[in-house]
Amino acid sequence: MTPSSIEANNSVAIDFVGVHKWYGSFHALRNINLSVRCGERIVVCGPSGSGKSTLIRCVNRLEEYQRGSIVVDGVELTRDIRRIDEVRRDVGMVFQSFNLFPHLTVLENCALAPIWVRKMPRRDAEDVAMQLLTRVKIPEQSSKYPGQLSGGQQQRVAIARALSMNPKIMLFDEPTSALDPEMVKEVLDTMTALAQDGMTMIVVTHEMGFARQVADRVVFMDDGEIVEINAPEPFFDNPQHDRTKLFLSQIIRFGVV
Amino acid sequence: MLLSGPMAWAKDNLFSSTPSALTTLAFIALAMWLLPPVIAWATSLAVWSAPDGSLCRQHQDGACWAFIAAKLDYLRFGSYPLSERWRVDVVEALGASLTLWLLWPKAPRRGWAAAMFFAVYPVLTLVLLRGSETLGLRTVDTLLWGGMLVSLLTAVVGIVFSLPLGVMLALGRRSQMPIVRLASVMFIEFVRGVPFITILFMTNTMLPLFVPEAWTPDRLLRPLIGIALFSAAYMAEEVRGGLQSLGRGQYEGALALGLNSPRMMALVVLPQALTMVIPGIVNNFIGLFMDTTLISVVGATDFLEAMNNAFKDPAWSGPTIVASGYAFAGMFYFVFCYSIARYSAFLERMLAKGRRK
Repeated sequence: MTPSSIEANNSVAIDFVGVHKWYGSFHALRNINLSVRCGERIVVCGPSGSGKSTLIRCVNRLEEYQRGSIVVDGVELTRDIRRIDEVRRDVGMVFQSFNLFPHLTVLENCALAPIWVRKMPRRDAEDVAMQLLTRVKIPEQSSKYPGQLSGGQQQRVAIARALSMNPKIMLFDEPTSALDPEMVKEVLDTMTALAQDGMTMIVVTHEMGFARQVADRVVFMDDGEIVEINAPEPFFDNPQHDRTKLFLSQIIRFGVV
Repeated sequence: MLLSGPMAWAKDNLFSSTPSALTTLAFIALAMWLLPPVIAWATSLAVWSAPDGSLCRQHQDGACWAFIAAKLDYLRFGSYPLSERWRVDVVEALGASLTLWLLWPKAPRRGWAAAMFFAVYPVLTLVLLRGSETLGLRTVDTLLWGGMLVSLLTAVVGIVFSLPLGVMLALGRRSQMPIVRLASVMFIEFVRGVPFITILFMTNTMLPLFVPEAWTPDRLLRPLIGIALFSAAYMAEEVRGGLQSLGRGQYEGALALGLNSPRMMALVVLPQALTMVIPGIVNNFIGLFMDTTLISVVGATDFLEAMNNAFKDPAWSGPTIVASGYAFAGMFYFVFCYSIARYSAFLERMLAKGRRK
């Protein structure tokens, strides 16, 4: 834990209270209670199908939930589409499969939302986009199309694109899972730099090294429930629950940590 | 060993094996048997110019292009008054240059071209062709319009209106709103389930029943509405195919950035979906161009109908007149449809460049 995050103001960025979600009869999220403070970095891990992605996709309402409430930056997520758009403007998201727009250049990908949602003049939006591309260390690719870049480069563009809206919160949904191993580091480095700048982040990942190094708290989910929440050191060195121990032993066997 | 040049190419591609060599020879024989008579009929044996039909009556084994030359004005304008035909010339020349400007990707100020083509040009066309007493242009009843003028007008109106209508129907079919979805599905399935000729008869006889008498659509306007609606239903299904082939990630990527639904559609979804279905859209355009020949069933004189009328002239009644006329008509349709097909191939190559690996 870095000192800055302890000092970070205690205002709540995201508040889950008793959230339940069903897909048909499948109970995907069970009674989720979680408060994320501003500037806090949360890593969510757990076996596949445990509801990690569903959890963060509820934050910008790519998924609806049936019971409980989620308040993001003081705005409660309801069916009201204007509020949802309001929240989405301030919450950036990075996907496993990048989801860049293949018909637009890298620069256009990053300038699109500021121009059309923030009503920024095109030139200003492109300046900001260039700054962000420099920040993720690929300004020289700005006029290429996403299909011409490597996976790692595409994911860094996706991070720049999410940052283009100047979000208060960033959500990462398994950002390195679709990457070749040699490209994982460049993306994780970008995310680490972002964390050091004080961004509020929720990261779903299997990269336990990243969790240990960057997270303020690690959330372990299984079967739609939050099983254990703890700071990284006690979480990895002294897990409390059997399911956590089982999960950690399984990934340690493959030497991921 | 030959490594390059036409001989090497022929050896590699035409005579690479015994079956391949036999097939090549068979097709050469077929071409030598079929092509020379056709070419001779159309060129060396043809009558290229003649004051009337008598020369064509004597030359029974060649085409009679003189007939086309004599009837060309009628084939272009129908019964449009002689003194006013310059107006059609102006409209056609303007239309051709605007189309070229609009479709040439490297042309400057294509935004202007689009504005002119979609806003100024239709009004100008209407005023010029129909006439306006205040401007001193004699009114010409649409019943007099005919020939290529009507065919091209029908095709352009159909193409310009069917695509946006089709996009709206396709979006409507995927809408969250049940009424919009139901209405779109009903329209699309109804139109696709009915022959085009039936649609033409319906717009011809039913449209006047549903609107106040003062607004009764013009006789020529009715088949134009019919063809636009008919083509829109097929267009909608093409566009829907494009929308469905787009992964959910594109929608989520756009939504997560805070783009609202209309902007997501206009900026992210439709540009990709439409690019993907260019071949299908162009197929529809070509089909629409062919279908313009059917509007004669409700009394419009399109190019093919004008040709049929021209055959009735007793001064031109040689044995090869009809064959020549249809050959020319075929070439007319081929030139336009083949151009559309080539342009779409060019567009696909251009759009594919760089975008996908």
